Amino acid sequence: MTSPAALEVVDIHKRYGEHEVLRGIDLTAHDGDVISIIGSSGSGKSTLLRCLNLLEQPSRGEIRLRGEKLDLREDRHGDLHAVDRKQLERMRARIGFVFQSFNLWPHLNIVDNVTLAPMRVLGLDRRSAVEQAEALLARVGLADKRNAYPGNLSGGQQQRVAIARTLAMSPEVILFDEPTSALDPELVNEVLGVMRSLADEGRTMLIVTHEMRFARDVSSQVMFLHQGRVEEPGPPSEVFTSPRSERCREFLASHL
Amino acid sequence: MSELVLTLSQWLEALAGDAEPWASYARYLPRILDGVWLTLELVVLSGLVGILLAVPLALMRVARNPLLWMPAYGYIFFFRGTPLLVQIFLVYYGLSQFDAVRDSGWLWDRVLSKPYWCAIIAFSLNTAAYTAELLRGAMKAVPRGEVEAAQALGLTRVAQYRDIILPRAFRIILPAYGNEVILMLKGSALASTITLLDLMGATRNVIARTYMSMEFFILAGVLYLLIAAAFIGLFRLAEHWLNAHRRTASK
Repeated sequence: MTSPAALEVVDIHKRYGEHEVLRGIDLTAHDGDVISIIGSSGSGKSTLLRCLNLLEQPSRGEIRLRGEKLDLREDRHGDLHAVDRKQLERMRARIGFVFQSFNLWPHLNIVDNVTLAPMRVLGLDRRSAVEQAEALLARVGLADKRNAYPGNLSGGQQQRVAIARTLAMSPEVILFDEPTSALDPELVNEVLGVMRSLADEGRTMLIVTHEMRFARDVSSQVMFLHQGRVEEPGPPSEVFTSPRSERCREFLASHL
Repeated sequence: MSELVLTLSQWLEALAGDAEPWASYARYLPRILDGVWLTLELVVLSGLVGILLAVPLALMRVARNPLLWMPAYGYIFFFRGTPLLVQIFLVYYGLSQFDAVRDSGWLWDRVLSKPYWCAIIAFSLNTAAYTAELLRGAMKAVPRGEVEAAQALGLTRVAQYRDIILPRAFRIILPAYGNEVILMLKGSALASTITLLDLMGATRNVIARTYMSMEFFILAGVLYLLIAAAFIGLFRLAEHWLNAHRRTASK
């Protein structure tokens, strides 16, 4: 119990009208944890991830980044919003997010996509931001694409740029929302390779994925979600080989 | 139909055989070209002021606070819903009805009593409304994910608009905005109704002296066409340049 957990969420709920998507989820990510969140579609995985940096408004719950609690206030629809925009922006800058559909900015070239946030949010000067971007692009194997536009890249390349863009903020936790689901099968591995190398260097990561073999290999913890609840948490060795829950067993049987 | 062709060909023959129209063209061309220049000035200046006004208007229009969006809505509703001619007359003839305006010193002496500035003001306010509406649509058309990416990286709302939403929106409206400029070019002929010698004004002025209405209206039409063609060409270039991402994407 020395330093507080990198990311800790308590009792997250999310409802859309009558429909309750998340029904109380707890999650703690310590430094270096790689937590895979699995489950069938509609189980709330992506919603959970999007609630963690308030891309989606949770209905209840607590979010702490390195012990700092995000101040939330309920609006009249019962959704929680940040009390202080500045605090939210500060926390978002420390939480990386990689989208299923990459979401690169098509009007900016690759380097500008990577340097924008460090320059605007962290106040880096252009020269050091570009230097850093080039190093990160080299790291994801795209050094030669620095002047290309997102539109000339394959999906796998775009996702690697998106990862570089996130890394440029030196986030304390990175959230991956089905990062390979929008990719052609032959492009999945280049992205998983980059993610594996991030896991190997001890990054703290939360990964929503359908790539079960990848989840089994790189995760320190796995959470199987079902109907908005954590149905089966545990180390991958247990969840994947001897799941206790019947639903998890069925899910794995059809996905492995 | 054949009669019409016959008449037209007779007319062209007369035009070619008779040296008079060409001599008049030569004689009055400097005046007409001054008119072209004034028309260009009106369109370009009003266009620039219009864009500057359109950005805050569009931002107000998409705001959730009624104190922001309602005035913008009313403004756009008024300027899109009333004739440009009425707007020009309101500025030129209407404002001078108020003592306060006539007694406003510099503003009256240098600006509001001058038809040139009245035209610029009316055109700018008018095109700002249309451009704001284009921008509003384009800002809504920026894919949600691109904005979420900016949010997720911790960009402030101001930075989201400055770096992502507005630059994207301007690229999206470019073809439609070119269209708006062409409409403004043609609308600018109304400046001639408040004594300005723009291309239309100069043409009517010359016709009043020469009685050669057919010849000079045709000349004016051709010149408007050429200006329109030049604007279309410029916007093609701008699209090509600003949409570099799409150009390379299609390769």
